[in-house]
Amino acid sequence: MALDHPESTVATAPGPPADLDRTTSPQMPGRRRGVLRALILLLGAFVFLFPFYYMLIGSLQAEPDTSLSGVVPKGNLTLENYSEINGAVNLGRSLVNSGIFTGGVLLFTVVFGLLAGYALARLQFRGRGTIFALVLLVQVVPFQLLLIPLYVLIVRSYNLADSYLGMILPFAINTTAVFIFRQFFLQLPDDLFSAARIDGAGELRILWSIAIPLVRPALLTTILLTFIGPWNEFLWPFLVTKQADMQPLAVSLANYISNVAARAANPYGAVLAGACVLAAPAVILFVAFQRSFRTSDIGSGVKG
Amino acid sequence: MSQMSTATLAGPRRRVTTLLGRHPVGMVFVTPYVLFLAAVFAYPLGFAVWMSFHDYFFAAPGAIVDRPFVGLDNYKTVLTDPAVRRSFYNIVIFLVINVPLTVVLALVLATALNAAIRGRTFLRVAYYVPYVTASVAVVGVWLFLFSADGLVNSLLGPLAPDPSWLVNESLAMPTIAIFVTWKQLGFFILLYLAALQNIPKELYESAAMDGAGPLRTFWSVVVPAVRPATTLVVILATITGANLFTEPYLLTGGGGPNGASASPVLLMYQRGVEQGNPDVAAAIGVLLVIGVILISLVNRRLIERD
Repeated sequence: MALDHPESTVATAPGPPADLDRTTSPQMPGRRRGVLRALILLLGAFVFLFPFYYMLIGSLQAEPDTSLSGVVPKGNLTLENYSEINGAVNLGRSLVNSGIFTGGVLLFTVVFGLLAGYALARLQFRGRGTIFALVLLVQVVPFQLLLIPLYVLIVRSYNLADSYLGMILPFAINTTAVFIFRQFFLQLPDDLFSAARIDGAGELRILWSIAIPLVRPALLTTILLTFIGPWNEFLWPFLVTKQADMQPLAVSLANYISNVAARAANPYGAVLAGACVLAAPAVILFVAFQRSFRTSDIGSGVKG
Repeated sequence: MSQMSTATLAGPRRRVTTLLGRHPVGMVFVTPYVLFLAAVFAYPLGFAVWMSFHDYFFAAPGAIVDRPFVGLDNYKTVLTDPAVRRSFYNIVIFLVINVPLTVVLALVLATALNAAIRGRTFLRVAYYVPYVTASVAVVGVWLFLFSADGLVNSLLGPLAPDPSWLVNESLAMPTIAIFVTWKQLGFFILLYLAALQNIPKELYESAAMDGAGPLRTFWSVVVPAVRPATTLVVILATITGANLFTEPYLLTGGGGPNGASASPVLLMYQRGVEQGNPDVAAAIGVLLVIGVILISLVNRRLIERD
């Protein structure tokens, strides 16, 4: 039913075009083609996953072993590298900074992004068309053009260097998220809204008790997509934070790689241990919620 | 409700409606977002262009200083700076390797994935794991893999390049281009997957009816049908490539060797923040964006012509 969450159509999306397999061509028997395809896919998976495996075992070895036989570790795994990197960059503090940076962006994006997305999809008011055109325009303005003026304004003029606000501000409301929210609110049936309005419900109430529950899957997708932005961002927090105790993990790990690593006993081990800590939250989230990370959502978010 | 009261109520309300729209509360809803866009996009955008035409330098907050209009001086400084020219040349090398590789690999893997029957979920997740991971984290493992005595070189044995990948002047930029292809591919595979699922089955059927083999079907059905997605992939990959910073900063220790892997954004950081010439850095930014727009327009023309 249409009232069901809008993604139901996506979740049951047309799977593999089965006909492609059955229409065997004379040149190439279907089974051989299947084997070739499986080979390509598995090779792809290996190339994508192997560095992560190597990262994990590298972080657990006391001595770096870069020979071919070192790919399969032979016992004596240790957590020494983790305490080494923890001594150098204070992992806990960096993780808290990353968390506040990411949490702030998520909070602003969800609250103000939902309001804007709902208004752009469901409310008629003067200037709506102009604002929507602006949303499209913003998506094509590259960050590198804004980099220097934002640095001048936020760090030099507003004195927000080494502050969470300075970190969060340029990313506060993710425009792609506003866009995805709008797309999903647009897909809801009109009758729902007119019925609620006739019953005298205010717009905020309609948004909160009718619209948001219906787009919950989209909300999860958007949160996942928004999460990786600030969590993985390096350049901006690197420019804004100079004090070590304000740096998110991506920045403190990068500083370790470029300044300190050369002097450590097992530099790669410590770097890889830090890399595992930085990568783990994003990877775990995306594996756990892989169902919510659907292709069509991103497609609609980027294409319009 | 009687006819009368409706009429009297509707009078002023209709006037409000024509002035502000049927739901003026919408304006309140979008206000925070519009303020955000004004502060973080519109104003800095204008500021960047303004700065690139003026002699802009850092001064103590509140100090009133003269920042005279200097015309194209900053652009002249940029265009005659060999390091900046080298960085633009580097990014062209990067794009020439990264963009075609991205399009071909993403489309091939997405097509295979679309037809796969078993293990789709596992494969899909495996493909986008690098995309969702921080560059800083995966740079760590690539440094390890591609170091002089790293796994890649032990695998290659006598074929290993000397000097090694990331410290070799002619290999540093290509290695970065391959790193970024690997890192971003998952996202583009997902884009192509969405496009592939929109191809009507009839197209495959009629191709099979005409006796087209799998390669022929791929070339004359799939490739044209996903053309809009290809335009998008090319433009997004170009924008991502032009934004390159983290990889040359960390993988090749600040754009080395000898600036062979420096990117324009890295130069913006060095000139603008480290050396205190934000006006020059803003000019690099403006030129870079103009370049990206031109490349995107040309690509779009090339891909979408019939």
